Amino acid sequence: MTNIIYDGSFEGLLTAVFEAYEYKFEQVKIVLQKHFQPSPFDKEHRCITDERKAERVWKGLKQKLSAAACAQLYKAFLSEDAGIENTLLQYIQHAFSHPQSIESDFSHPAVLLVSRTAKKVYREKHRMEAFIRFQLVKDNLYYAICQPDFNVLPLIEKHFKDRYADQRWLIFDSYRKYGIYYDLTEVNNVEFTFSEDSSTDDASSAWHESEEMYQVLWQQYFSSVNIAARKNTKLHVQHMPKRYWKYLPEKKAGSKDF
Amino acid sequence: MFSIFAVGTIANTIRMSDRNVEKLSILADAAKYDVSCSSSGSDRKNANKGLGNASNGICHAYTEDGRCVSLLKILLTNHCIFDCAYCVSRKSNDVKRAAFTVQEVVDLTINFYRRNYIEGLFLSSGIFKNADFTMERLVRIAKKLRLEENFHGYIHLKAIPGASDELLKEAGLYADRLSVNVEMPTEQSLKLLAPDKNRQDMLSPMKYLKNAIIENRADKKVFKTTPLFAPAGQSTQMVIGATPESDLQILWMANQFYEKMNLKRVYYSGYVPISNDNRLPAIGTPVPMIRENRLYQADWLMRFYGFKLNEIVDPANPLLDMDIDPKLSWALRNMQLFPVDINKADLALIMRIPGIGIPSARKIVAARKFSTLTLDHLKKFGIALNKAKHFITCKGTSWMQKEMHPLQLKQHILQTSVSKYAPNFSPQLKLF
Repeated sequence: MTNIIYDGSFEGLLTAVFEAYEYKFEQVKIVLQKHFQPSPFDKEHRCITDERKAERVWKGLKQKLSAAACAQLYKAFLSEDAGIENTLLQYIQHAFSHPQSIESDFSHPAVLLVSRTAKKVYREKHRMEAFIRFQLVKDNLYYAICQPDFNVLPLIEKHFKDRYADQRWLIFDSYRKYGIYYDLTEVNNVEFTFSEDSSTDDASSAWHESEEMYQVLWQQYFSSVNIAARKNTKLHVQHMPKRYWKYLPEKKAGSKDF
Repeated sequence: MFSIFAVGTIANTIRMSDRNVEKLSILADAAKYDVSCSSSGSDRKNANKGLGNASNGICHAYTEDGRCVSLLKILLTNHCIFDCAYCVSRKSNDVKRAAFTVQEVVDLTINFYRRNYIEGLFLSSGIFKNADFTMERLVRIAKKLRLEENFHGYIHLKAIPGASDELLKEAGLYADRLSVNVEMPTEQSLKLLAPDKNRQDMLSPMKYLKNAIIENRADKKVFKTTPLFAPAGQSTQMVIGATPESDLQILWMANQFYEKMNLKRVYYSGYVPISNDNRLPAIGTPVPMIRENRLYQADWLMRFYGFKLNEIVDPANPLLDMDIDPKLSWALRNMQLFPVDINKADLALIMRIPGIGIPSARKIVAARKFSTLTLDHLKKFGIALNKAKHFITCKGTSWMQKEMHPLQLKQHILQTSVSKYAPNFSPQLKLF
């Protein structure tokens, strides 16, 4: 068994796939650098991300698969699930060994798993498009904090850029410690370091003077549209899982009901 | 001087917002019985680096009753000259009244939208003075949002029954969706509960909009510059369970709306008792939520699964089964069509198998090109087989249930599956 160690980027993973073919390793396992533990029984191969190699694999995939299937591979990668690299490797090997596209061969375990993983990442992307809540802070910046289950900021960027084209905004993933920032022209990744005592979660000291009023109005709206005679807590929690509540102003006020 | 001025401004802001909070609570509360909250089906793009788009429906929150909150759904005012028995804003009802100004609705919409609380605005209103006067205000708000605020989010306007064609035409230019509520499934019920209203006043704006939409879509094919006109079409709503109509009558009416009026959606709103009027179910009567759910299932079968109305309900079976879904009911009445071989049957027939939805049906048809499918494959696809297994054959299964009578099969499925509605039926089940 050969462990191919890669840096955690998507290009890195594609490079690792390329080298698995290049060096004709018999049995391979792709391992994330930070999770790698040497074992006396396995060989190790350190893979250095190479854009040209990554590009060749990606081009090859685009010829074999539909654009939607290629996007699925990227989404599945963003799940950060343990072992997803090897599922993707099996998928890609299966794709390259067939003349026509295997993307709907759901009886193949890797194809099914990639499709399911991509779907759950897509759901999380959609939830973030729904549950991101901007707070207007001084300097006219719309600021949002989130903790998505998967690394979906790269997937939601376009949605927010198209929609909020005339306001500066910043969406910060406080779990992965990076954000995306739109400056009215383009979106860039930004990284922050916060000192221990300054919390990223509470921006209220920096609020614009109108912010509190609109949060109160929104909380009022949220409780007024509820029809008490139709109460259905199970359905409510199923659609709005509790782990998202801490960044939702409407649930901060209403959580006393549970 | 400066500090006094500043204090004054803050106090003003707080007073302003207290009043706004109260207004919002009254006018959102009065609008919530309108069940439509859809924000999909439009294709409005952001233009000129403005604010928003209306391309995909997103539910930004869910109320504690489990319903989606996608739009800021409010009445412009709950003052109303009509006295419809089923309506919480009826003239004779002793409730607090309020009204927003045009600017207040615009500010709320824009500020909620910028914070990603909503997909847009759903604006309705009580009728003050007359239909045109009310409709003109609604149109003015939509116009201001589009032209002055450069807003491209979703706007759903109520078309007020009796409003003039000119106003409806203008509404269509700014709104994504328009809707006229027919309120009651039949004319008799409307006469009984809303004596001031007349069904013709509801149907004529619907007809006008239908034709205007058809004309606009035809123009759009020839001239790309044709402006959008209600790109998400029109919808309507019927109150269910306030009056004695059968499911056949309700679904027949819905089917007419889909076929004759090209409506995108018909909404079924289970009546929430809000009045002691003896023409209506008393306060405390449960909301007919299961029936509402079954009607939506039947509606979906008609719109997406290729079912005809008379396959779901007919004069001999005018009521939907409450304990099982309408697709399963249909299958049990048509056992001669089963079992279906999932490795061979057409997509259309696979979609008709109880327990298999459209995405699963598509997955089956795609995957069987690569290998012959077994029950195990279906399980791995995530298909719930407790219903479906009685209606299919595939590699490695023999058709075991063929000896069962439809009624036995129904009992068997009910006993081996867990329905969210089970508590509602368990006393009856014990009788068998």
